[in-house]
Amino acid sequence: MASERRLRIKTLVMVLAMVVCANAGDLLLKRGMAQIGPVELTAQGLAQAFRLTVTSATIWAAIFFLLGFMVSYMTVLSWADYSYVMPAGAFGYAVLTFLAVVFLHESVSPRRWVGVVLICVGVLLVGQTKPRTTQVASEAAA
Amino acid sequence: MIRVVLALAVLVLGSTGGEIAITHGMKSVGEPARLRPRAVLEFLGRAVRNGWIWAGVPLMALSFYSLLLLLSWEPISLVIPASALSYVVGTFGAKYVLGEDVSVARWAGVVLVCVGVALVAVG
Repeated sequence: MASERRLRIKTLVMVLAMVVCANAGDLLLKRGMAQIGPVELTAQGLAQAFRLTVTSATIWAAIFFLLGFMVSYMTVLSWADYSYVMPAGAFGYAVLTFLAVVFLHESVSPRRWVGVVLICVGVLLVGQTKPRTTQVASEAAA
Repeated sequence: MIRVVLALAVLVLGSTGGEIAITHGMKSVGEPARLRPRAVLEFLGRAVRNGWIWAGVPLMALSFYSLLLLLSWEPISLVIPASALSYVVGTFGAKYVLGEDVSVARWAGVVLVCVGVALVAVG
């Protein structure tokens, strides 16, 4: 059915946007805070950290991506099942491991690779199921 | 031991409870008419006026504080794998609270993801 295919494609696109935004946001936040350095827990230290964070382009880029994650998460939940979106989002852990190997040349333990394989198989299994099994408000009203 | 179990329960139940409230809220808001910036902004405007969204946010905040507490008591290699239980608890919530139809394939996928996330977190 064409509408089911459309639903599946837009759900997958949104889940992908969620994963990309969450990972990019976390990485940028980490990089931004590393540039700022350790924050001293004194009034002066906190004021200095606040001034540095609000003027950091990296931190703003991180906030932009994390907002993007929240918007795509809320949007996809307006039509897709929670029990579909939640496990599918775990795909991010697998992506992060691949990125760590390819770009950061980190070594990954066999146990972690087993975890990545389990996540990928699990996400594929969930991906096979119907993205929506309940009614959505706009449909119920129609 | 008891405080760790309690904090873990708050972490898992807070995050899944919060996400279930947000899902319920978003389902009652209804999907955006189109995936265009203007339609999505209107949709977000409707979403922030939904009470369920605001019920979900403090639950998720509570869960986050519980995570911080746990991380101050126990190593991260224990805390994150234990919090992967949220996938299973969340699926029960989706089935019994939200009324979603969780098929055998979806259950199998959720359990694999849960074990996989725990293994990745242990490293």
